[in-house]
Amino acid sequence: MSMFAAEEQEMSQVRTVQVPGQEDVYDESYYLASQWQLVWRKFRKHKLALLGMVVLAIFYLMAIFADFFATNPYQQRYPEFALSPPQKIHFFDEGGRFHFPPFVYVQKQTLDMKTLRREYTEDTQVRYPLRLLVHGYPYKLLGLFETDIHLVGVEAPGVYFPFGTDEFGRDIYARTIFASRISLSIGFVGVIVGFVIGSLVGGVSGYFGGTVDLLIQRLIEFIISIPTIPLWIALAAALPPYWTSVQVYFGITVVLATVGWTGLARTVRGKILETREADFIMAARISNVPDFHIIVKHLLPSFASYLIVSLTLGIPGMILGETALSFLGIGIRPPAVSWGVLLQDAQNIRSVAQSPWLFIPAVFVVVAVLCFNFVGDGLRDAADPYK
Amino acid sequence: MAHYMLQRFIYLVFLLWLVTIVTFVVIQLPPGDYLSTYISRLEQQAGDVVTEEMIQALKAQYGLDLPMHQRYLKWLGSVFRGDFGFSYDWKKPVRELIGERLALTFTVAILSTLVTYLIAVPIGIYSATHQYSLGDYIATVWGFIGLSIPSFMLALILLFLAFKFFGVNLSGLFSPEYIDAPWSTGKVVDLLKHLPIPVLVLSMGGAAGLIRVLRATLLDELQKQYVVTARAKGVSEAKLLFKYPVRVALNPLVSNLAWLFPALISGDTIVAIVLGLPTAGPMLFRSLITQDTFLTASILLFMTILTVIGTTVSDILLVIVDPRIRMEKGRE
Repeated sequence: MSMFAAEEQEMSQVRTVQVPGQEDVYDESYYLASQWQLVWRKFRKHKLALLGMVVLAIFYLMAIFADFFATNPYQQRYPEFALSPPQKIHFFDEGGRFHFPPFVYVQKQTLDMKTLRREYTEDTQVRYPLRLLVHGYPYKLLGLFETDIHLVGVEAPGVYFPFGTDEFGRDIYARTIFASRISLSIGFVGVIVGFVIGSLVGGVSGYFGGTVDLLIQRLIEFIISIPTIPLWIALAAALPPYWTSVQVYFGITVVLATVGWTGLARTVRGKILETREADFIMAARISNVPDFHIIVKHLLPSFASYLIVSLTLGIPGMILGETALSFLGIGIRPPAVSWGVLLQDAQNIRSVAQSPWLFIPAVFVVVAVLCFNFVGDGLRDAADPYK
Repeated sequence: MAHYMLQRFIYLVFLLWLVTIVTFVVIQLPPGDYLSTYISRLEQQAGDVVTEEMIQALKAQYGLDLPMHQRYLKWLGSVFRGDFGFSYDWKKPVRELIGERLALTFTVAILSTLVTYLIAVPIGIYSATHQYSLGDYIATVWGFIGLSIPSFMLALILLFLAFKFFGVNLSGLFSPEYIDAPWSTGKVVDLLKHLPIPVLVLSMGGAAGLIRVLRATLLDELQKQYVVTARAKGVSEAKLLFKYPVRVALNPLVSNLAWLFPALISGDTIVAIVLGLPTAGPMLFRSLITQDTFLTASILLFMTILTVIGTTVSDILLVIVDPRIRMEKGRE
């Protein structure tokens, strides 16, 4: 790797001489920048990718500090607020007076005697101002520090459900945030498992070639030839029902990765076929470096940026896979929550038509996947900064 | 060509044989079997105790007392006889169950493929020739969103909108009066009325991807010297576009068929469950849950066959469309 870096530095020095007349020539820092600095410069120009990265950063922060962002415990049932719509934020009270900070009204349940439906009306007698860093239910931040501070909320006896509640009266906002812990991490873990298998198998296949290559390529073709979603469903249905949430989580990850590694293995193989004749690999071989060492230390790092791109683009597929499986009821199982589990409530079209807020978790899925696609697109443009 | 096709065919048969073994093992991974669920249900419903003799008799009747490899051979034999084994859950030979459903799956997938190309090709050409125009931006944004909304969610959204604003339930492929009716002109017309929703839902994601591919390749192509030369010589813009650059840019679309068609078959599984379509997907799902082994194995086998046919057709089409790809390359 050190040799490779030296080579790069030399190349950039040569370029200073070769491309006079370009404005960049006067900017010394361009030629002194490392490869990753160049990647970052190019990435910054892709505004959508930057936006995607910011949104994803917020999502992951919310997942990590879920208790801080939530207003109610996510498993707590409030039967008197079952299927209540999101509470509106008001600036003006009944008399038209302006208030700051804004406030919410608590909703009162009434039963429509004709349709036997629950209906909610706002109780405009008492205003509950929304406050920042309010004291709420106690929890342990990161599992370490005991506290009861939450980002926003109202003071007891008021309650605040920003996204409404489900049929048991559980806070959909809190559930969505807690669900993101599983939904957002399963993509990463799955991609990492797929990455390890894919880069090793692809590396071996491309590096050795011949019979090994042929066998591995046939194996990949074999896996690809089985339709993905039916295979996922079959494998997910095979997870024993007595497994704990943690076991199911890793089981689903492995199921998703079983199919996911093949694409990466193909990318790696193609790249290795391109690079294996390069001089620095020949030099390593002559120096008697072991084959495994050459693949892992010399070949894979030489196209690390491409690997990162295909990893980023692999994550949304995993997130969607988990959502689909949990939605069908064979993925993550309640009481554990993921976005797919929450969407199970939205399966019945009649209940969604009556309570459209049950569909809010879907917005999070789409936004997360969209952002990963933006970031992946930006990284793909930036992957080869020398172009 | 004939030699190449024959070689491919033999390889495909071998591949399918391997698929049958692997799927047969995978679907029997869950603990218990069809009978264990069936017996516990019997005990709950009837309240009487199922005796050991009855269990043994049922086991023998269903062939569940045999070890796995013998059951596999039994099923493989029935595949060659053409009845594909017996479904425990439906108490019918599998052949009677899956024929119509697979035909519908195939119809939906073929139609979706066509619609995908019908949407993608004109829009792709438009956004490449009108780069950075309003239409191009709309196509790009739609492309990203189309890639990010899973098809089952799109199906849910459409169902919701139709129900909310028009008060109609769009699920299913047939109106109630036609569901069990024999095939007639009326039933076909009814099917055609119900097809647009699932076909559109399935086409969206694929079309979004294809537009991006077509736009990128066509943009590359339009900058090339030969296009500039032709324009300088006064070739009309329409001919300039369609004679060569579009033809070149269509190549990646043809090779995309290799993953598009399987993706549609696979995507159909979950969309069909949401939309309540009488295709193979929902039946596969139910058979997996009830551990109806022979039915599951047969559906998976047929889905794989459809997938493999899609890939092969795309390989052959590519050779026809692009004369630069010679047989040797196709074989690797």
